[in-house]
Amino acid sequence: MTMKPSFTRWLGLISILLGIIAWDLIVRVSGLPKFILPSPMDVWTRLLKSLADGSLLLHTGYTLIEIILGLFFGVCFATVIGYLLAKSRSLEKIVSPYLVASQAIPIVAVAPLLILWFGSGIASKVLICSLIVFFPVLVNTVVGVRAVQPVLYDLMNSVRATRWQILFNLELPASLPVLLGGLRIGATLSVIGAIVGELVDAKNGLGFLLKVGDFQYDTSMVFVAVFMLVSLALCLYGVVTLLERRFLKWQNRLDV
Amino acid sequence: MPTKPILTVKDLNVVFPDNNGGLHVLENISFEVCPRDFICFLGPSGSGKTTLLRVLAGLLNPSSGNVHFIRHQQPKIGMVFQQANLMPWRTVMDNIKLPLELEGVSDAKAKVKAQEMIELVGLRGFEDSWPRDLSGGMAQRVGIARALIHDPDLLLLDEPFGSLDAITRERMWTELSRIWQAKQKTVIMVTHSINESLFLADRVLVLTQRPGKVKFDLGVDLPRPRKDDIRYTPHFGKLARKLRETIE
Repeated sequence: MTMKPSFTRWLGLISILLGIIAWDLIVRVSGLPKFILPSPMDVWTRLLKSLADGSLLLHTGYTLIEIILGLFFGVCFATVIGYLLAKSRSLEKIVSPYLVASQAIPIVAVAPLLILWFGSGIASKVLICSLIVFFPVLVNTVVGVRAVQPVLYDLMNSVRATRWQILFNLELPASLPVLLGGLRIGATLSVIGAIVGELVDAKNGLGFLLKVGDFQYDTSMVFVAVFMLVSLALCLYGVVTLLERRFLKWQNRLDV
Repeated sequence: MPTKPILTVKDLNVVFPDNNGGLHVLENISFEVCPRDFICFLGPSGSGKTTLLRVLAGLLNPSSGNVHFIRHQQPKIGMVFQQANLMPWRTVMDNIKLPLELEGVSDAKAKVKAQEMIELVGLRGFEDSWPRDLSGGMAQRVGIARALIHDPDLLLLDEPFGSLDAITRERMWTELSRIWQAKQKTVIMVTHSINESLFLADRVLVLTQRPGKVKFDLGVDLPRPRKDDIRYTPHFGKLARKLRETIE
């Protein structure tokens, strides 16, 4: 049975509303104190308050900058190195043990080290972000570039295309679906990277806000910070989806 | 009309390295092509037909021998592949104008030229279609238009209709024959279809099984323009039989 599309569109919203109602019910029934489980209304009030004094926007902005810079550097390095790896089997042989090993180390474990080396400012967070983004984007770049059909190279070579023309007119567009897939994973991971860094040591950012809220038993504040993080991740995801719509409209179907 | 050849191939050999002395794919291939010739290489699979085209297209270096173009060392090549080989992220229009884009022709000029080609191959109305929405025959027309748009010195066709169904294939022969007459290009085509080679070419060169050697050189003296029913004339049958007998 198929439902009317107009109704299906509201299903997501209804589900969120139901979730909030359930949350409120749990708070009322259980009678848990506010510092353990705040009600939706408590969180809402806290959100308005932190918006009013400007602290929420400041910290969100800080985290957002870390994420964007981290994504930028992570994606840049990953695509360039990924492209070189895709083109050279011997380079891949040399580099891949390190790459695989680096993936075996959880970023949480090295975050304190990175902060020790690069300070508790923005640089260490950007670095952690880039590192966490790096691998999925790299793997997808390699896969994407290797998947370019050899006959299309023949086509480009038969009309004497230059190396750069092949890169921009063939390799880049051909691997774009896979590349954007990597970016989509990277975007979500970058939020995690920034928070991991901030939780270890920071003076600004949502991770910092989270920690302060936790120390002060201001649990509503923790909730606000978590919701902001979720919103950030969703926004980034949305941007990648928009990019896919814009650049991949030639594909038959978009599974987004 | 005897004219100076624009392409001379002399003692061409291609050997692919393998573990026991190399795989000899083409052996001592020599031929000449005059401007506006339509030459067809006919041979069974494994006779090195595609390899020969790849050498002519400059995609592969021969192991020995040489390929000499009279006008310039690097001729402009238009190539049509076994599959249409379109870029799925480009529309019909954008696929066709790719060679001009790469040559740095302005977009406005390229579009005018591409529109002209679209008319020539009979795809008006499909300018903005995506390759995924085209049938095999239509996709191959796009491939032909793309191969012709930059006015190449040499048009190379690598079994261009092999992946089409029989009826579409025969329709495409007539189309290609018409396009060739309109454009007066020098064409080298490889195929394993006797009918295809006779219907289209002025000259058919038969290749042997690996290593490919030119075994037989047949001038096709069928009148042009060739209509579909020429294939049922006794003379066509005689030529076809001659070719069939030389192919093992």
